[in-house]
Amino acid sequence: MSEKDVILEVRNLSVHFDIPAGGLFGGHKVLKAVKDVSFDLHAGETLGIVGESGCGKSTLSRAIIRLIQASGGESKWMGKDILKMSPKELVGLRKDIQMIFQDPLASLNPRMTAGAIIAEPLLIHYPNVNKAERTARVAEMMQKVGLSPSMINKYPHEFSGGQCQRIGIARALITKPKLIVCDEAVSALDVSVQAQVINLLMDLQKEFGVSLLFIAHDIAVVRHIAQRIMVLYFGEVVEIGDSEQVVMAPRHDYTKKLIASVPVPDPKEEMKRREERRRLRREAAAAAA
Amino acid sequence: MALLEVKNLKVDFDTQDGVVHAVRDLSYTLEKGKTLAIVGESGSGKTQGAFALMGLLPKNGRATGSVMFDGKEILNLPLRQINEYRAARIGIIFQDPMTSLNPYLRISRQMTEVLERHKGMSHSAALAESVRFLDAVRIPDAKNRVHMYPHEFSGGMRQRVMIAMSLLCGPELLIADEPTTALDVTVQAEIIDLLVDLQEDFGASIILITHDLGIVAGTCEDTLVMFDGKVMEYRKTEDLFANPEHPYTQGLLSAVPRLDKKVERLSTVSYEFMSQRGEA
Repeated sequence: MSEKDVILEVRNLSVHFDIPAGGLFGGHKVLKAVKDVSFDLHAGETLGIVGESGCGKSTLSRAIIRLIQASGGESKWMGKDILKMSPKELVGLRKDIQMIFQDPLASLNPRMTAGAIIAEPLLIHYPNVNKAERTARVAEMMQKVGLSPSMINKYPHEFSGGQCQRIGIARALITKPKLIVCDEAVSALDVSVQAQVINLLMDLQKEFGVSLLFIAHDIAVVRHIAQRIMVLYFGEVVEIGDSEQVVMAPRHDYTKKLIASVPVPDPKEEMKRREERRRLRREAAAAAA
Repeated sequence: MALLEVKNLKVDFDTQDGVVHAVRDLSYTLEKGKTLAIVGESGSGKTQGAFALMGLLPKNGRATGSVMFDGKEILNLPLRQINEYRAARIGIIFQDPMTSLNPYLRISRQMTEVLERHKGMSHSAALAESVRFLDAVRIPDAKNRVHMYPHEFSGGMRQRVMIAMSLLCGPELLIADEPTTALDVTVQAEIIDLLVDLQEDFGASIILITHDLGIVAGTCEDTLVMFDGKVMEYRKTEDLFANPEHPYTQGLLSAVPRLDKKVERLSTVSYEFMSQRGEA
C-alpha cells in the first residue's frame, strides 16, 4: 500500500443528540454535536483534530468507528461504509482500528494484570494463537513500548500514569492495526512524561506504518505529531490543512484566536502575543457592537 | 521590607506508609507588587508549599520553617489568628472553581459574606461592591448574574467569579493555584491576561503556581522551579528562559512542543542530575 492510499473517507458525517427541553412533558431538543464533517485519511498519515472542550472532537472520533451511532453521512473504511456494517464485519474491523484513551488508569481494568490487558485483543481477534506464542508477543510488545516484560503480572495501580499509557499503547498495537484513534492520549500526563509518550508514538508509527487520528486540545502537541490538522469549532470543520500552514498562516478567525492563545515559553514572544490577543479581542468587541 | 519571606519551609505528611516529605526545603522572597511563579510537575510540592503558609494543610500535614508576612510570623498560627489574614490580606484562587465554590449558595451570598465578615459592611453595600468586582473581572451583566448559582456559569466564568472573590478585600498577596489548568486555551489566555491587568490596577503581589512554563513567561518577574520538594532554580524569569542553568529546567523547557519553534524530536527530561549531586 502506498503512502497516498486513502484508507478512511468520511463524508458529511453528523451526530445529533436528543436532550430534554425542560419540563416534565417538554419533549426533546436536538443538539447537533457534529455537523457535516468530511475528510480523507491516508495510509501511514497522522491527522490531528483540535478544538476546545465540547466542540465535538471526541464524539466525531467515536462516530467514525461506530462506538456511537452517527445520525447521517458515511465513514468508509477501505471503501466499505462502517456505519452500514453487520455486527460480524464490525468485529473484524476492530482488529484494524484500535483506540487509546485519555485517562490512562481509568481505561485499564483494575482487576486484570498488565499482561492480560495487553493480550486481550489478541485472544479475541486471533483465538488460534496458542498461549506460549501469546505470552511471547505480549513480552515483545511490552519491550517495544518501553516496559520491562518482568512487569507482566503487575496490576494497573502498580504503574505510574506514563507507564499505564504505555500499556494502553501496547494493547492497541498488539493486533497490528492499520489505524489508531488517540483521544487526548497525552493530555493527562506531566510534560516530561508527555514528551516520552509522544516520541514513543512517533517511533512506533514509523515502525508499524499505522495511521493515527490524533485528537487533542493542545495545538502545539498536535502540530508536532501530525502532518495535517483539522480544526473543529461547535461541531463544524472550520479549517483543515498541512500542519505548518494551519499554525503559521491560519485562515479562520477561530484558529487565529486559538493560536494566539497558546502560551509560548519565551518572555518577549509572550508579550507580543498578549498584544496580539488584546487586538483580536478589541476587533471582536467592535464587530459585535 | 519584603511582603513575604519564606525560609526553609518543610512540609511532611504522616501516612500509613511512613512520613512523606512533600516540601523538603523551600525559601523565597516576594516584594510588594511583584509576581512570582512556582513551577513544577505533579508531586513536586508546589501546591502544598503554598497551602502551608495559609494554614490549609490537611490534618496529617506538618509544616516547619518560617513564613514572615509583612514582618510577622504566620506559619502554624492558630485558626482564629490565621483567619484574620485569609481573604482579608491573602487571597487564594483554587484550581477547580466548581469544587471550591459552594454549590448551594448564590454567588451574591458567597461574595457578600466575605465583605460582611472582614470589613463589617452592610448587606446592600457589600452587594454593590460585589457587583463592582464582577464587573472588574469582565463578567457581562454582573448586576443580574450576581444572584445566580455556581452551576449556572461556564468554567471560565466561574474562575472569574473566584478571582473577583479573592480580590474583594483588597488582599496584599494573591495565591493562584493552577488557576487555568481546567480551562480551554482560549479561556486560559483571557484569564491570564485578566490577572495581568488586575495586578496593574489593584497592585497585589501574586504567587502563580503552575505546571506550564508557557504561561509563566509573559506573566511573572521571578520564577522558581521545584522538583521533589526542593528548589531547582530560582531566578528572574527572563534570565531563566534565556539561559536555564539547572538540567531539570533545561529538560522541562525542551520537552514541551512549542508553536514558535519546530523540532524533529522532543528531548526528554533526564534525571541524572539527581544521582550526580547525590540526591537520589
